[in-house]
Amino acid sequence: MARIEAGKLPVVRQLRQSVGLQRGMLVAGLVLTGLFVLVAALAPVLAPYGHSQLRDAAGPFGAQEPPSGRHLLGTTVGGYDVLSRVIFGAQTALLVVIASILASIVLGVALGLLSGYFGGWLDRVLVLVADAIYAFPSLLLAILGAIVISGGQSSLASGVGATALSITVVFVPQYLRVVRVEVLRVKGEAFVDAARVIGTGSWRIMTRHVLRNAVRTLPLIVTLNASEAILTLAGLGFLGFGIEPTAAAEWGYDLQRSIADVTSGIWWTALFPGLAIVVVALGMTLVGESLNDLADPRLRTRVRAASASTSPSTVAEDAR
Amino acid sequence: MSTPVVQVRDLDVTFATDSGPVHAVDGVTLDVAPGEVLAIVGESGSGKTVTAKAVLGLLPATATTRGAVVLASRGGGATDVVTVPAARLREARGRDVAMVFQEPSTALNPVYTVGWQIAEGLRAHGPVTSAQARVKAVEALRQVGIPDPEQRVDHYPHQFSGGQKQRIVIAMALALGPALIVADEPTTALDVTVQAEILDLLRRLRDETGAAIVLITHNMGVVADLADRVAVMYQGKLVEQAPVLDLFANPQAEYTKLLLAAVPRVGDGRARAERRAAARQPGWEDAAPVVEARDLVITYPGRFRQPAFTAVDGVSLRIRPGEVLGLVGESGSGKTTVARAIAGLQPVADGSLSVLGAELRGVKGRVLRALRPRLGFVFQDPATSFNPLLTIAECVAEPLVVHGRFGSPGAARRRVDELLEAVQLPRAYGDRFPHELSGGQRQRASLARALALDPELLVADEPTSALDVSVQARVLELFADLQRQLGFACLFVSHDLAVVDLLADRIAVMHRGRLVEEGTGPDVLEHPREDYTRRLLASLPVPDPAAQRARRAIT
Repeated sequence: MARIEAGKLPVVRQLRQSVGLQRGMLVAGLVLTGLFVLVAALAPVLAPYGHSQLRDAAGPFGAQEPPSGRHLLGTTVGGYDVLSRVIFGAQTALLVVIASILASIVLGVALGLLSGYFGGWLDRVLVLVADAIYAFPSLLLAILGAIVISGGQSSLASGVGATALSITVVFVPQYLRVVRVEVLRVKGEAFVDAARVIGTGSWRIMTRHVLRNAVRTLPLIVTLNASEAILTLAGLGFLGFGIEPTAAAEWGYDLQRSIADVTSGIWWTALFPGLAIVVVALGMTLVGESLNDLADPRLRTRVRAASASTSPSTVAEDAR
Repeated sequence: MSTPVVQVRDLDVTFATDSGPVHAVDGVTLDVAPGEVLAIVGESGSGKTVTAKAVLGLLPATATTRGAVVLASRGGGATDVVTVPAARLREARGRDVAMVFQEPSTALNPVYTVGWQIAEGLRAHGPVTSAQARVKAVEALRQVGIPDPEQRVDHYPHQFSGGQKQRIVIAMALALGPALIVADEPTTALDVTVQAEILDLLRRLRDETGAAIVLITHNMGVVADLADRVAVMYQGKLVEQAPVLDLFANPQAEYTKLLLAAVPRVGDGRARAERRAAARQPGWEDAAPVVEARDLVITYPGRFRQPAFTAVDGVSLRIRPGEVLGLVGESGSGKTTVARAIAGLQPVADGSLSVLGAELRGVKGRVLRALRPRLGFVFQDPATSFNPLLTIAECVAEPLVVHGRFGSPGAARRRVDELLEAVQLPRAYGDRFPHELSGGQRQRASLARALALDPELLVADEPTSALDVSVQARVLELFADLQRQLGFACLFVSHDLAVVDLLADRIAVMHRGRLVEEGTGPDVLEHPREDYTRRLLASLPVPDPAAQRARRAIT
């Protein structure tokens, strides 16, 4: 949209209006998230080796090698380079986050719009299904999804697809409910009545008048869900329902493989993938939480006007 | 003259907002004497409510206050609300100054009995036994004229009517015998007949308790009825302060003159209606009516197997081509429901409603869609009747695009510019977003949208009740001009008899879903046949203190 200036883009606007601690949180979150996206995009350039490389010209890497000049963060029990696995893991994580969030937004928004606007039995069925999905533990649901979709194990494309889809199943109800409630609110506004009086058809009212007014809170949910998607992906990998190590690097899988290492004093195999999960989830949560605070006028701090400096006590004396 | 109960000196309030600091109150200096009623009048945004809240120290944390607000205590001593610590301020509230809020239904806590809520103020200012508190609460309820206070003290807010709730809020304010009561639009949320009772009550309480009242209002009729002195505010500044008779008779400030000239008075529209009646062609009365309702019944479905609620019960009315019918009534009288039914937004339950030759009872969507371009609708609140994400030009073009006159909002721009000019808005405003326009400008744009397809019938649902008096006058003027030029028939719904009188050829009065009286302006307003119409007219405060005093002396 050419009409929307930079100052009105979701995150940019909040960054401008924030002050103090809220700004600090937002900036820190944006920096961490930006770093994550950058590392993921430049993985082939940054990583010293491939994610499934076991040997180079100088021979095999060897298993559980401590950090050294050849392997900055050591090697895993399977003989992979930890640094390369962590960097390529960011790529997998980003792909899964993007795929799952895109899928859940498209599905959730479409269903929420239909459900909220038309109501009736469709609404009742959709809300019932959403509630049923809510009642499930989300990781269990994701595991079931992974098994149904891919039989548990798979290559990069289908592995990312399967994981993203199982996360989507968990997230769709959230988007559905948020969009549905917003649509119900917007539907009662006078401008929708105004459109109906004009004679506008349902489809045009939904797309032109209701939709854009109902999706304003989505950026918040997206950022909060992104960190949840990372954690779900890691959880799936940890439980062995993730992606094959030869197909792509995945932090949860690496963590699971390093459980035995921790007790025998090999710290580097578990520390770095774990740290990567924490940092990325933290960055996205910070962005989401601060956007959430900024969206609420009651929680938002503002630049105060010049403080009451004209010694009011003397004025009061005069008044008496 | 004894010491004032409150002295406001050079009060300055600035709010921190997203678009920088906003200077809401700018150097206001005021005194209120004991037992005096000071009315603060002004448009919305003039800083009158902020001034009142500053007196109680109720401003939000985003406000920065300068100056002094000194409250005199009954036992001597004084409190400067601006500088005093929170604990001292809390002592002063209730004891020295109390507040009556605009909306009684939200000012009371629904989960406690009213007696408990009145006693809450007593408990906050020292230990009282529950027996003592109850006695005082009963006394307070009796003082504000609640019947059977001994029983009613144990009732919950929802068991009282709107006017009774406002009485209870006033009783709460009086519980500790404050010297000053700040009443922020105490009657705005109430119907005219209830408003008259509350104004009587406030006047009686002032005489009985000697409490001073600061009355915040935009209604000049209320001012004329109750106030001793008037302070006029405009854009945060105090532009004039005078005794009420002087202010109405001889306003000094330019703004005050404008404000008083803009107040609609019953009887103003008579000359215009007569002129129009004279200009009609013979045989006009026999033309097929644009709207004809016969024994119209509209119901809202009941919830949880309760019977349906009948909002409109057996209403018969007709609007002929080019005629303006004013529909008046209090809240809940069903006037808006009739308007919505004529626009096809509310299904007809029984009887018959024919609009532009089509029967709306059990109407098909296709018939309704064919009808829509011939009908315009102006909504009550211009702030919500525009899609906030579309520009004004896109909003006005919407009916043109929907009905295929133009392919896109861009192609319709020339016609949109014509329409904006017709409602006296500059063309450039088409590129603005709704929130960038003032209330009056938005309502003009709303009129432009309603007239985009040259409708034969315009339905206007309280189009000026969300606007300030001075803006209302200009919008009504524009409305009358357009109606004369374009000659559309119109249903004009309002709760304000004076506004309806300005525009309408005929006036219909609704009460509890029924049409009680219908006739030309002079017939209904000067020789009302029905008891209810007479009561309605008697309750309407006249915006002229001398006349209002004379009227009060009679009743």
